[in-house]
Amino acid sequence: MTWSRGQEVLHPARDAYVDTVRRLKEEEGFVLCVDVTAVDYLETPPRERPDGIAPERFEVVVALVAFDPPRRLRVRVQLPASDAHLPTLWDLHPGVEAYEREVYDLMGIIFDDHPDLTRILMPEDWEGHPLRKDYPVGTVPVQFKAAPPTR
Amino acid sequence: MDQPAPPDVEPDAPADTDPIWLGAVETSEGAQELSDRSDTDERLLAVERGAVLRLPEGASLDPGDVDVETPEDETMIINLGPQHPSTHGVLRVMLELDGETVLRTKPVIGYLHTGMEKTAEDLKYMQGGTNVTRMDYLSPLFNECVYSMAVEKLLGIEVPERAVWIRMLMMELNRISSHVLFLATNGLDMGATSMMIYGWRERELLLAFFERVTGLRMNHNYIRPGGVAADLPDDWRDDVLDILDVLPGRLEEYDTLFTNQTVWRQRSEGVGIITQEQALALSITGPVLRSTGFAYDIRADFPYLHYDQVEFDVITGTVGDVFDRYAIRINEVRESMRIVHQILDRMPKGDYRIQDSKITPPPRARIDESMEALIHHFKLFTEGFTVPPGEVYVSVESPRGELGCYLVSDGGSRPYRMHWRGPSFANLQALPVMMRGGLVADGIAIISSLDPVLGDVDR
Repeated sequence: MTWSRGQEVLHPARDAYVDTVRRLKEEEGFVLCVDVTAVDYLETPPRERPDGIAPERFEVVVALVAFDPPRRLRVRVQLPASDAHLPTLWDLHPGVEAYEREVYDLMGIIFDDHPDLTRILMPEDWEGHPLRKDYPVGTVPVQFKAAPPTR
Repeated sequence: MDQPAPPDVEPDAPADTDPIWLGAVETSEGAQELSDRSDTDERLLAVERGAVLRLPEGASLDPGDVDVETPEDETMIINLGPQHPSTHGVLRVMLELDGETVLRTKPVIGYLHTGMEKTAEDLKYMQGGTNVTRMDYLSPLFNECVYSMAVEKLLGIEVPERAVWIRMLMMELNRISSHVLFLATNGLDMGATSMMIYGWRERELLLAFFERVTGLRMNHNYIRPGGVAADLPDDWRDDVLDILDVLPGRLEEYDTLFTNQTVWRQRSEGVGIITQEQALALSITGPVLRSTGFAYDIRADFPYLHYDQVEFDVITGTVGDVFDRYAIRINEVRESMRIVHQILDRMPKGDYRIQDSKITPPPRARIDESMEALIHHFKLFTEGFTVPPGEVYVSVESPRGELGCYLVSDGGSRPYRMHWRGPSFANLQALPVMMRGGLVADGIAIISSLDPVLGDVDR
């Protein structure tokens, strides 16, 4: 566990990810999952993490809320670029359905056993995942033609 | 010149040359189709909540409630939207209908997606406000505030007292303007067209005040990292008091028009019910969650700014139907007015933005007389300020629910990653639950009662 600007952050390994969220939900009362997102640390800049968790290219970030007493928690999971798979949280928090689709759509992370992992914001025939850092911005193919000859 | 011979058209042309049929092929979107009814196995039938959403069995609806055994050839799939006046923008909803009863619902979004999260990675922290304020365009000040709070948390700075209270004032007035617009569109969707005009009339009061303070009616970029862009005008207190004088009478008119009116209540009571367990499981926040009786309001549970120093009630409903969601919003307008009254009493004097020339630009007059101020001004508007590395998640209670901003900095002058937790995006997941078993006409009321802003959904 680390603290980021006074906010509590958990860093489970990928294998322990679902079990951690389940334990948080069932034992510590984190019943509301408000957000699932991901960050692409392409060049893996140094970031805060406990010993034993190696930084990888992708990081999935889940925001949880408990009510009794009110408490917030973030869960950050490291995913290597070669194998960007993560089990879905859908069985625990059905509300992550749209968020995991969004992360898949924009970041290209596969959530195993997700019921309907399709693109949600981009068109379905879109190629690539736009929020990745190696996805170029503003490369609309432009065809240059020779200037018309002067008369 | 020879006229080309007319093509040989047979009276019964094959399907692949029929222009209408061809058009249908072009617009069909493979994976966005509802799956075949025959694909639904026993387990899915029991947990079915629409093609998008299959709740775990515990929280699911009793299949005996609705005739889900209807064979496929008796159901019909229609598209509502994206060009439909009741879909509040470009929401497309696929409905599976048995007669006029809705079975499955699938919201299809993305028509307004412009990649604002990607854009944010190219904008300096100072410029980011102009980007985020356009997301949820009915509550721009909330977007700016949550963004600014995230940047300030990364910077580790505190904004001056007056800036905090100005932010609260502007946000509560923005909440009123957003809610009266909800009342307007909600009325219009349900056939009370005069309400449309009343709601816009009241919103105009608020927008006129915003224009006096920020210079713009919408998309203000007024709340910025470090404080607010400008101090309140001299006579702001009279303007706010004028608004607060007018609104209570208008709200009573709404009560006459809606709350105590039989037709309205019959149209909205018991329609689109969602339970507390379902709402929590589906990450629903805001008035929709509170309508189920769950009092989650970030202002009360995780106080930000100075919400722990003002008194207000968290309005909750009991049934979780369309009427509750209407009643909560009209009462939240009253609570916001109560908060604004307290803000008027407590507004301190002082700076409206932090006096740190590394973060906020110096006053214009200083530039003419101070070399240092000129350098700071130049550096801020060319390079921007750098933010120490780190990541934060900050959220505020927007009129639609939890509005969150996840911000990652790599130590540069632009965000490394900005993620927007839009409340409308998650709240749309409630549609399949709320619409199941209802009528299409109720569906219009239900979409309206969610108060989705598609700019916030698609970003």
